[in-house]
Amino acid sequence: MSKVLAVLEQRDGKLRKVSFEVITAARRLGDADAVVCDATDREACAAALAARAKSGGYRAVVFSATATGRDLAPRVAAKLGVAVVADLTDIVADGSGFLVTRPVYAGKALLKVKVTAQPAVLSLRPNVFTPDAAASSVKPETLPVTAGGRVKVREVKAAPAGTLDVAEAQVIISGGRGLKEPANFKVLEELAHAFGGRAAVGASRAVVDAGWRAHADQVGQTGKTVSPSLYIAVGISGAIQHLAGMRTSKVIVAINKDKDAPIFKIADYGVVGDLFEIVPKLTEEIRKLHG
Amino acid sequence: MKIAVCIKRVPDSETRVKVAADGKSLDEAGVKFVMNPYDEFAVEEALRRKEKAGAGEVAVLCLGPAAAQETIRTALAMGADRGILLQADKLPADSFEVAKLIAAELKSTSWDLILFGRMAIDDYNHQVGTLVAELLGLPSVSAVSHLEIEGATGVAEREIEGGIEVVEFPLPAVVTADKGLNEPRYPALKGIMAAKKKPLEVKPVQAGSGTLEVVALTPPAERKEGRIVGEGAAAVGELVRLLREEAKVL
Repeated sequence: MSKVLAVLEQRDGKLRKVSFEVITAARRLGDADAVVCDATDREACAAALAARAKSGGYRAVVFSATATGRDLAPRVAAKLGVAVVADLTDIVADGSGFLVTRPVYAGKALLKVKVTAQPAVLSLRPNVFTPDAAASSVKPETLPVTAGGRVKVREVKAAPAGTLDVAEAQVIISGGRGLKEPANFKVLEELAHAFGGRAAVGASRAVVDAGWRAHADQVGQTGKTVSPSLYIAVGISGAIQHLAGMRTSKVIVAINKDKDAPIFKIADYGVVGDLFEIVPKLTEEIRKLHG
Repeated sequence: MKIAVCIKRVPDSETRVKVAADGKSLDEAGVKFVMNPYDEFAVEEALRRKEKAGAGEVAVLCLGPAAAQETIRTALAMGADRGILLQADKLPADSFEVAKLIAAELKSTSWDLILFGRMAIDDYNHQVGTLVAELLGLPSVSAVSHLEIEGATGVAEREIEGGIEVVEFPLPAVVTADKGLNEPRYPALKGIMAAKKKPLEVKPVQAGSGTLEVVALTPPAERKEGRIVGEGAAAVGELVRLLREEAKVL
């Protein structure tokens, strides 16, 4: 069986959820060696990964397309003289290469490409590959890193405890202009809180551009592309660039006062009316379920 | 400061994607093309750095078809000094081939800073800036939302999942821009007039095919038709029941 190098990610000494996605996908492609590598010294980490990839006779090197993975993968790929096949959502072996599917135009289309690079450098879109039961017992090898790179992480400013990134949340409650003013996002935060640490608050481009919410929370073509189990769009009309960023969510709920809003065309369930009455009621119901 | 900004011509984010007759590419009929939005942050950052330094040059480099001259003129209208079009009718799907062409052009000049957008909103490859840095042997930081430069040292902030990473690096370097880095200016009428007279060099290039072959471009799976559960707070009970029993997500 051909060998595959799975590059896992750790934070605070613990493997991140995306790591289980990477090992699960890598094992489907071949005999997977799992490695981790301290990315504080970016160039040194990339050099260690590239050296391992070259020496090990691997057919593929698999990353997760996280903030770190998206920075590391092209560094490693360049050292191997190939491109990264980035943000893929499906992959199958095809002869000696792979047949890969990746969303393009922010998910408005899917591109199928045949990859012949040896090794192929791949990054997986987070939240797409479901980790299997065996993934959690993975014991990655820590690659030694020879310091001396020029690009160094000096500090990580963590978001306030309890805030979950929209890219990683299982439930996303996003708000748009219908919220009327920034302070009203409180009703969405309360709903998110009712989900007990599984939910994050997202935002449309309109409210990010207006300075109501941080860019990190933006969902859409110039923000994040997300695939949570449940996406609740509140006061968002559903501009095409927003729909592109969330259309692969498992279940979509729309709450909007305009029954003709485009968001209802893509939503599985819609509620028409005043969000300031509907959302607090929903929060109450969710609290009952989780309380 | 001598700064290069690499930009791309992409379909506007409002574009409705229609697959061309070859089944592998976008049908460009009626599509409006714009400068990739992330590249606007890169151009703006270059202009501000030059303005702050009080001297220097901002050159704009674009790999694309003849029509990308228009994209370069937009950057010139914002205030860039000169443009270079690496003209190729079709861009390869392989980002490494793209990076090789750009690196080959940039190599001949010693830049203090080379800027890119963090990704293009058409192909979502988010790697060309980093690949070019590796090919040129320069340090790089990707997806930068805040940048400080003091002498020959740069400090950049990048958004990571659940926080912000602060990265230190020496110049010259390659930096790719994320939203939040700055607020790009709109070209003023005066800038648009001036842009017409600024130098724009066109160099034909031939891209290799690399190790990626496009097999097909297809529309995404359609979502099943949804339904309106009801109106107002009275519909919430039924919504929760459906989410629990039918969708099974609660």
